[in-house]
Amino acid sequence: MTAAPASEERTAPARTLPKPELGTIVRGAVMVALLAVAIGPLPHVVGSDWITTFTSVAIYAVAALGFGILYGRVGMISLGQIALLTIGCWVGARIAYATSLPFPILLIAAGGITCVIGTLVGLPALRLSGLYLALITLMFAGATTIVLAVTDFPNGGGGFKGRSGTGALTTSTPPVRRPSWANADVAYYRYTVIVCALLFLLVLAHVAAKPGRAWASIRESEPAALAAGVNITLYKLWAFALASFITGVAGCLLAAQVGVPRAITFQTQDSLTLAAATLIGGIYSLWGAIVAGIFQQLVPFLFQAQWGLNSNLVLILFGVGLLQVLLTAPGGLSQQLPKDLGRLWRLAAGRVRSLAAGERPAP
Amino acid sequence: MIEVQSLIVRFAGVTPIDDVSVDFPGGTCGLIGPNGAGKTTFFNVLSGFVRPARGAIRVFGDDLLAMADFRRARWGLRRTFQTEQAIEGLSIFDNVAMIHEHSGAKRSSRRADVLSALEFVGLDISPKAKVGGLSARERRLVELARAVVGKPRVVLLDEPAAGLPAAETERMAGIIQKIPDTFGALVILVDHDMGLVSSCCQTTAVLDFGKLIASGPTPEVMRDVHVMRAYLGTEEKL
Repeated sequence: MTAAPASEERTAPARTLPKPELGTIVRGAVMVALLAVAIGPLPHVVGSDWITTFTSVAIYAVAALGFGILYGRVGMISLGQIALLTIGCWVGARIAYATSLPFPILLIAAGGITCVIGTLVGLPALRLSGLYLALITLMFAGATTIVLAVTDFPNGGGGFKGRSGTGALTTSTPPVRRPSWANADVAYYRYTVIVCALLFLLVLAHVAAKPGRAWASIRESEPAALAAGVNITLYKLWAFALASFITGVAGCLLAAQVGVPRAITFQTQDSLTLAAATLIGGIYSLWGAIVAGIFQQLVPFLFQAQWGLNSNLVLILFGVGLLQVLLTAPGGLSQQLPKDLGRLWRLAAGRVRSLAAGERPAP
Repeated sequence: MIEVQSLIVRFAGVTPIDDVSVDFPGGTCGLIGPNGAGKTTFFNVLSGFVRPARGAIRVFGDDLLAMADFRRARWGLRRTFQTEQAIEGLSIFDNVAMIHEHSGAKRSSRRADVLSALEFVGLDISPKAKVGGLSARERRLVELARAVVGKPRVVLLDEPAAGLPAAETERMAGIIQKIPDTFGALVILVDHDMGLVSSCCQTTAVLDFGKLIASGPTPEVMRDVHVMRAYLGTEEKL
């Protein structure tokens, strides 16, 4: 006995998908407004050191977004984001010294090469998970730091190899070039914000489509994803490739921002603080990556340059923030803040209504 | 039709499936047995999570064991799990659509197929609602919609009514009964609720300690002395 043929009488229901929810529209509008403020009036009201910091915020937000894809979307704890940022920075700097390629091509090349390296690093992820994967990627970050030290990165000289006559960084080391029309700090800040916004859109396009649903399925349960027909190997490597690509592009942006990148900029422990900052910002949300960029770059700037406080206080703040997130707000600030503001609004509205009705407000 | 021949599964000295040969002829077939009988292991073999030590499984003439695990969904194999596996962070629509987009079905028919599957299971909630906010019954229905979307050929249901009240189980039975005629799929139902199995399944196979102890038309199997012994035990004089 074989199975009966499918019924021909099935008809598509008249029901249709509802229009986009109000929350989605509001979030989109807020994002566009923030972007307009960031690239429009903001550079005119703050000083040059703030502009440099905001440029770094945008770059590190992309690095945090890479961590968010891997951990928040797929459930793979990867602590090699700063190493990938370093590789993007290194590749961007070397290609910039060796060629006269247009800057956008430089960005894509740095992203592409970092993507290949990051995907290779991701291969163990097919067999490992949790703490083991975290350790492997942290070792990768440590190894990158050692390689930087051993090779005197960026080592000054021209061409791909870049060995200078003295074998080390010299005062004559040329800065990594910027786009010709965005050479000044303010113009380069705007350029960086726009490129980073495009990278966020690239990630959003993935998250809202087939890869995003496959990642969500893998994170929920690998057996269930397999039963749903998801090629787990492909989609895990895809996540590593995307996270590495955007982080590589961000690294190249960083190379041109600082001009002459130095090995000391990239410390292994920064991968840990970036992970902590992303958890505090919100691992499941694209907004969380922006908050993480602010925590990673703006908060230290405020503490040190603006308020003259000990920079180690930032680490304490991260520790307290992480504890708070783990205990009370697993979605991070990006999810908790709107909820708290909503509660505050309802509380205030309730008081106003009580007063308007002539009642005594509740104590 | 599913033909299982001499299937053996071994886990480090344990043999959860021990030389089982059985046919599932079509329609809705039951697979029952006490806890630890090997029912879920059998589903895991069909899904590709477990590689058998020996044996062959042919499904509608195709060698299932020769297929890569993730390709079996594209071939038309669907399953639900004992524990809820609908993805909390996605909407109802996306939960069902993600099965469709890996099933090989045409993209142009996705929306209609997904909405049709949701209508089939009787889930009358906005498809945009997040699964995380649904009740246990509604999540079960989402899982059932995931199992029938995109031209399924074999649907494996692992305790689909577990934890549901009697009235909901009855409604679930009504939905399961309609799957073969509506989608042309062969259904294998694993459940401990004998009422559900009796009402849905034309044929039933019974496993006990990894061995097949009975198979055939459901009413006859339910009266089988070996089956009653497996479920109720035997009188033992002290």
